[in-house]
Amino acid sequence: MSIVDARHKAGHDEAEGAAPGKVMAEFLQLVFSGLTVGAVYALVALGFTLVYNASDVINFAQGDFVMIGGMGTVFLMAAGLALPVAAFIAILAAVLVGLLLHRLAIEPARGASPVSLIMITIGASIFIKGVAQLVFDKQFHSLPAFSGTTPIAIGGATLLPQSFWVIGGMLVLVLGLWVFLERTLIGKAVLATAANRLAAKLVGINVTVVLALAFGLSAAIGAVGGILVTPITLTRYDVGTLFALKGFAAAMVGGMGNPIGAVVGGLLIGLLEAFGAGYLSSTYKDAVAFVAILVVLLLMPQGLFGRRAVERV
Amino acid sequence: MLKRVLSSRLAVLVLLAAIIAVVPVLAPSSFYLRVAALVWIFALAALGLTILTGYAGQVSLGHAGFLGIGAYAVAVGPAKLGLDPLLSLLLGAVLCGLVAYAVGRPILRLKGYYLAIATLGFGLIVALVLTSESAVTGGPDGMQVPRMVLFGWRVSGVSTWYWITGGALLVGALLALNIQASPSGRALRALHDSEVAAAGVGVDVAKKKLAAFVLSAVFAGVAGSLLALMNGFITPDAAGFMHSIELVAMVIIGGLGSVVGAVVGAAFLVVLPQALTVLQEYEQAVLGLLIMVFMILLPAGIVPSLRRLLLERAA
Repeated sequence: MSIVDARHKAGHDEAEGAAPGKVMAEFLQLVFSGLTVGAVYALVALGFTLVYNASDVINFAQGDFVMIGGMGTVFLMAAGLALPVAAFIAILAAVLVGLLLHRLAIEPARGASPVSLIMITIGASIFIKGVAQLVFDKQFHSLPAFSGTTPIAIGGATLLPQSFWVIGGMLVLVLGLWVFLERTLIGKAVLATAANRLAAKLVGINVTVVLALAFGLSAAIGAVGGILVTPITLTRYDVGTLFALKGFAAAMVGGMGNPIGAVVGGLLIGLLEAFGAGYLSSTYKDAVAFVAILVVLLLMPQGLFGRRAVERV
Repeated sequence: MLKRVLSSRLAVLVLLAAIIAVVPVLAPSSFYLRVAALVWIFALAALGLTILTGYAGQVSLGHAGFLGIGAYAVAVGPAKLGLDPLLSLLLGAVLCGLVAYAVGRPILRLKGYYLAIATLGFGLIVALVLTSESAVTGGPDGMQVPRMVLFGWRVSGVSTWYWITGGALLVGALLALNIQASPSGRALRALHDSEVAAAGVGVDVAKKKLAAFVLSAVFAGVAGSLLALMNGFITPDAAGFMHSIELVAMVIIGGLGSVVGAVVGAAFLVVLPQALTVLQEYEQAVLGLLIMVFMILLPAGIVPSLRRLLLERAA
């Protein structure tokens, strides 16, 4: 996220005591970068939501799918493949990791306590990072922008073409996911499983397949986010941790388990972070997001769009 | 008979004291003594989590934050404020308690995943502050910790620190064992099983949870101070996310709620990286794999599983 930060700082210094037009331009600039990063948080949050709805598991390795997408594409391109082919294979790799995670770690531990499940997925996340260090390396990497780097001027602020790819890609994925869940039979099976696993089983839905599907899909969504955002923010074997935390924050702010909430939460966290970095302190950018979560959690624990949870005794 | 011995507080303390006394005899070099001292320090921090997670059932994924606060207290206190190191250690422990009180009051209302992420955020913020406020903390490169001087005696040397950390661990274990057997400990275990039921029989759930959180923070803070004093150097990494995870992993791998388990878990996770230094690049992968394997195959942890095995054999 270093390049985005640098642009913030430049904009900030210029705007000091400047005309109202410049203030507006700076504001727009922050909105653009906030929405761009927020779109990736939204995708991670969407992945969380999908898995959480189907299995009640919070997958802390969700952010690592973002890393696998980005790093995989970087290294496949370095091996001579064209961007679309490399991206496709990287997404497949992420899906495979997601399916293995479900089959080898989540399935055998079914019925474990939330603390155990948290530790299992955190263990998986550490394991994926450890293997990524070996398979890839420990350096930062970037991808070429998909359609050039000529900034587009809007209202005095500039927007990189890649930002359109990120935000557009997020919207397409959200729409695609909606169509899949609402309009296809297997999508409806996912929804049914999320609503009531036992009832879903009773009407003949293979719940294990549905859960595997949720893990695979969430991995694919994360990987796509990683590929889209890498030209702007760079990637490394350990970027997954922060993406997971911010994505989880987004899912929680929006209301755990609500897909629309996940998207709105993601954009909101992205915007808050951008404003925090631009107007307050770029050093404490990561803290801004967490303070926001704490406030939301304490004021409305069910999130912006969540239903009030009824505790069964 | 065996059951009574296995569940006696005195037996646990005697066992720990015996191990602490025997290790220096068996250790072939001072390197092993240093590793053992590290085990005692992390076991002390893990004991705090035994109280919080094992007894009271509350998760914290940010306890390394308290470790960092304790560590920087003995670094910043003497170096920047001219305070006595021992006083700094005590002030650090008090600070950890106060921070835990202030943070715990709002966030302990949260449960499960929400509490996990809130504590995680807390740990992250502490690490961020320690990294960013370089005027006070030396930034990401860390800072020197002045040697501790007690009544004109310069505390240094591996074996000195071995006995200090071993003693601290025994005191911590005694505290944890006594809490377990006290009415407060029973209240904590009651709210672990069901908060509603515990409240129903008159347990002040919020107050007990907060007390456990504050106490666990003080354990981690003292452990952090000892770590910084022994190493003579500290970096913000001490408060990092990985350390928080390792602390939780120690408690879970050793056995949730078991005092001996916390020590076994700490020994496991401190010694393992030392044994893996040859394969340093594999360390992270192995750690992740171990956490997963233990959680899936031995969810009760090493010590409770062993105890059950022993009791079954005896029966």
